[in-house]
Amino acid sequence: MIEASGLTKRYGDQVAVDGVDLVVPAGRILGVLGPNGAGKSTTVRMLTTMTAPDAGTGRVGGLDIVADAGAVRRIIGVTGQDASLDELLTGTQNLVLVGELAKLPRRQARSRAAELLERFELSDAAGRMVKTYSGGMRRRLDLAASLVTRPPVLFLDEPTTGLDPTSRQRMWDLIRGLVAEGTTLLLTTQYLDEADELADEITVIDRGTVIAAGTAPELKSRVGGEHVEITLAGPDAGAAGAIAPLVAGTVQVLDGGRRLRAPVALRDGLVTALVRALDGAAVAVNDVEVHRPSLDDVFFALTGHDAEPAALEEVPA
Amino acid sequence: MSTAVLDPPRAPLAAPAAPAPTRHHRLREWRRDTTVLTRRNLLHVRREPAQWSDATVQPVLFTVLFVYIFGAAMVLPGGGSYKDFAIGGLLTMNLTTASMGTAVGLSSDLATGVVNRFRTLPMARSAILAGRSLADLLAAVLCGSIVLATGWVIGWRPDNGVTGVAAGLGVALAFSYALSWFTACIGLMVSDPESAQAVGLVILFPVAFVSSCFVPTNGMPSWLRMIADWNPVSAVAGACRDLFGNPNPTGAVHNFPNQHPVLVSLVWTAAILAVCIPLASRMLRARTVD
Repeated sequence: MIEASGLTKRYGDQVAVDGVDLVVPAGRILGVLGPNGAGKSTTVRMLTTMTAPDAGTGRVGGLDIVADAGAVRRIIGVTGQDASLDELLTGTQNLVLVGELAKLPRRQARSRAAELLERFELSDAAGRMVKTYSGGMRRRLDLAASLVTRPPVLFLDEPTTGLDPTSRQRMWDLIRGLVAEGTTLLLTTQYLDEADELADEITVIDRGTVIAAGTAPELKSRVGGEHVEITLAGPDAGAAGAIAPLVAGTVQVLDGGRRLRAPVALRDGLVTALVRALDGAAVAVNDVEVHRPSLDDVFFALTGHDAEPAALEEVPA
Repeated sequence: MSTAVLDPPRAPLAAPAAPAPTRHHRLREWRRDTTVLTRRNLLHVRREPAQWSDATVQPVLFTVLFVYIFGAAMVLPGGGSYKDFAIGGLLTMNLTTASMGTAVGLSSDLATGVVNRFRTLPMARSAILAGRSLADLLAAVLCGSIVLATGWVIGWRPDNGVTGVAAGLGVALAFSYALSWFTACIGLMVSDPESAQAVGLVILFPVAFVSSCFVPTNGMPSWLRMIADWNPVSAVAGACRDLFGNPNPTGAVHNFPNQHPVLVSLVWTAAILAVCIPLASRMLRARTVD
């Protein structure tokens, strides 16, 4: 439904996006993950016809993003990083305006606006000017505005950046609801847990290029998957041998024999079995830690730097 | 994650990818976009206290103040009442300065994200400018009518009846509409509404004041009089006075714009439109491609 191949955008000397490839099959969610300034927003701007690529091609619903830009705009919904709402209009007026500009008959635009305000829990504020809305309400209204025409393809550029945890959770629920209806979704985020939570597939972008792509478990397996770390009461020569049959690789012996580390395939009762095996070998255990790699680990492993702190300024919109 | 389809995807509400729209169809869509945006911009005029007072309070205030302050000391060359002389000028002055609303409105739309929303919609981009200038024209109709109504209340009397008044108002509104395309270019040039306001003031205030709006140019020093006589604003003020059937002492001065104010006003109007409509459209395109 969404395809990009070699998408490139330069601003002067700076290459904001440098040959990005991605594919989102119909009805799936792709999470585009990367720090500030990685080129996520610029990629979205190209795919949503807001800015033309300097090189590469993109297709949305089979339509070319440059040659068929007008037709692409008829099948997409876009929610940008900054709410693109009219502050002086009410919630209802904003949605009706979008509906009418998208060529819905006025009456249909009105009923669709009411339906969306209801669904996004904004009915009480429907008659108030948007400048009185809170940040979370604006984001919800902005998302509603991108859904007025019931577009089959939706682009959400950092939909929860700057929201408090409750508003964020609410956005997540709304996004999950959309996908359950069959919408194809491309979502950018700098929050690793958000990509993990919502996306079927994840494309990691750093400095304008794709550095990894796959499902969350696939990406996690790149940094070694789950492992256990066991701290013993004291060094014991037999300990490694005692747990060897239970783990999924070689047991490393660390700290002069006081600590064991081994990759595992997680299953119910694994920790119990490990402790029993050590107990059976008369080894005293102080601590068992099961380590599941997060996308933070993935990002660090792939780029050598953390995802969260802003490394570069976002390219001007 | 499985994509259990709870509610099967429905057809999108807007017809997707209509087959190559005809010219007629495109024109109809453009008209609709323009109407929708005009209505939206009128709501803005109503809700933005500064714009609303420019269209309603300012015309009353300026008309009353200028008529009583200047009128107290003014003896018109060739005789006649200052009230009758002043209204054509005040109408022109108010409509000239009111055209700044276009610069302010357009630059604030560009500064907020709302134009980005428009750009992702299947709409005609030129409707952004058309809808803006039409809304500002309607605000100018209100502003101009208030000037004339205030004038009537304080004793302005046109000799040429309703037709004359309508013709004068029409010339002034056409000029104001052309100016709002000029200020649209200012709005597209600057980055925020505050600068639009500042740049607009610096350009339009001298143009409005170095003219025959408040005083006949007859008594000005010759260099200033030359500028004032050729200023399009003077032509419009003169045209209004002639059409209203009010005293127009500058009409006695032998130079072309003073003798043919209606013709000169219409030529200026057409010339400004011919330059500024394509220019503003190009500037908007440049501002919205990045």
